[in-house]
Amino acid sequence: MSAAEVNLLFHQRIADHSFSADGQLLAVTRDSRVQLYKRSGKTLALSDELTGHDKTITAVDIAPNSGKIVTCSQDRNAYVWELSPTGEWKPTLVLLRINRAATSVRWSPDETKFAVGSGARVISVCYFESENDWWVSKHLKKPIRSTILSVAWHPNSVLLAAGSADAHARVFSAFIKGVDQRPAPTAWGERLPFNTVCGEFQNRSGGWVHDVAFSPSGNALGFVAHDSSVTVVYPSAPEQPPKAVITVTTAGLPFTSLLWSREDQIIAAGHDCHPMVFEGSEDGWQWARNIDDPKKAALGEEKETSALNMFRQMDLRGKTTSSEDSSLKTIHQNTITKIRAYEGQPGAITKFSTSGVDGRVVIFSV
Amino acid sequence: MSQSLRPYLKCVRSSLTAAMSLSDFASQTAERHNVPEIEAGKSPEVLLNPLTISRNEQERVLIEPSVNSIRVSIKIKQADEIEVILVHKFTRFLTQRAENFFILRRKPVKGYDISFLITNFHTEAMLKHKLVDFIIHFMEEVDKEISEMKLFLNARARFVAEAFLTPFD
Repeated sequence: MSAAEVNLLFHQRIADHSFSADGQLLAVTRDSRVQLYKRSGKTLALSDELTGHDKTITAVDIAPNSGKIVTCSQDRNAYVWELSPTGEWKPTLVLLRINRAATSVRWSPDETKFAVGSGARVISVCYFESENDWWVSKHLKKPIRSTILSVAWHPNSVLLAAGSADAHARVFSAFIKGVDQRPAPTAWGERLPFNTVCGEFQNRSGGWVHDVAFSPSGNALGFVAHDSSVTVVYPSAPEQPPKAVITVTTAGLPFTSLLWSREDQIIAAGHDCHPMVFEGSEDGWQWARNIDDPKKAALGEEKETSALNMFRQMDLRGKTTSSEDSSLKTIHQNTITKIRAYEGQPGAITKFSTSGVDGRVVIFSV
Repeated sequence: MSQSLRPYLKCVRSSLTAAMSLSDFASQTAERHNVPEIEAGKSPEVLLNPLTISRNEQERVLIEPSVNSIRVSIKIKQADEIEVILVHKFTRFLTQRAENFFILRRKPVKGYDISFLITNFHTEAMLKHKLVDFIIHFMEEVDKEISEMKLFLNARARFVAEAFLTPFD
């Protein structure tokens, strides 16, 4: 495994980050701004700043093909940013029609729609209406009881998964007439009018579902909840109970994000500040290994304690041990907020990026 | 450190570490607001079960976690009336300076002597494990401080009494 690439961008929380498809452009949230970093050699250099929101931005997503950026914020708005021929980013306001904070946003894989989760207990599915030249939205609201914490699209761009603070992960149909082609039937459902609930899964201990994700094939759903568990659901057939619901609990702190790197591999990270790999299939899932393991790092560091360090410790604090050292043994020094794919095709991801509350964006190899 | 203090503090430490898994969460009830949910209490689904850790009937810690904030309340040991007065004076001194203290709550929760309110903004700006360390350190030190003050008070009382009674000797 090659070493991770660490980018310390600033000392503020990064709620979400997104790389463009070629990995040359990085968008990170910083308070009420989005900063764009361009890759120059080995480092990332600040190139542009998107300002327009007036409250904390909660999510950002770059469409892989069209390069459009969508942002949403706690000021209840979402903007779609397009690069004009003069090289400026032009925002377009999206009519979300929500009256609480927007919490998460994701482009659908075909990039004609995006979904915005919100604290108003609705998901706005937004699409472009060319006759009026603006982005309009339709609301998914039926069984949602609390703030939506995350949204994720199925590869067919019709099904949408959402994790919510009412301890449920749900799968909806976000089929919009006139925008979408009729999708091929999947294990989740055959006829899918808008707002069909194709699946509803509760976390057993009632923990908030922090993140959801479909597997690369779309035939499984994974979600992480506040009880430090990773759950994988395999649907059997439309309107039938699922074939398998597998929950892996861990002894660590809760996960906040997950990524399917392969059909049989999930990477999850969160308050433990380092990613963990889970592997399995329909027959069962288990923890496989840690990436950036703090225990291994601790062993390596022990050797490097030099005499200089010892005297410096004595001088500064009157102690010889470095137990007072305030840094964690992991690369991220605070909670990891999001994991995203960085390199590789869906289903064969070789590198992924993580962003943290400590203002770092790190690129790890799987 | 006495024999029963160590497991008590260890328990508080691990409970605090787990409870401090906070994330940013905008209010569901008030538009464009971001409030500590544990204080607002308007959305029951984002509150977790409160947890009390007791060392004995006089000393206990209450941890009330929620999605974006936790409230930690400490009941300091008060064996006699002098200690009651000293604890009152001590906590009053601290709470009057609450804004310089960031995580200190101006008013303790009922039944407790001092409360801390830690929000996701604190865990973002400060190191989480250091915040836990701070509270544990505070709990260790406050007992020591109170008993020292009590000793000092007794010594002074004795000295004053001696000084008064010298003429009658």
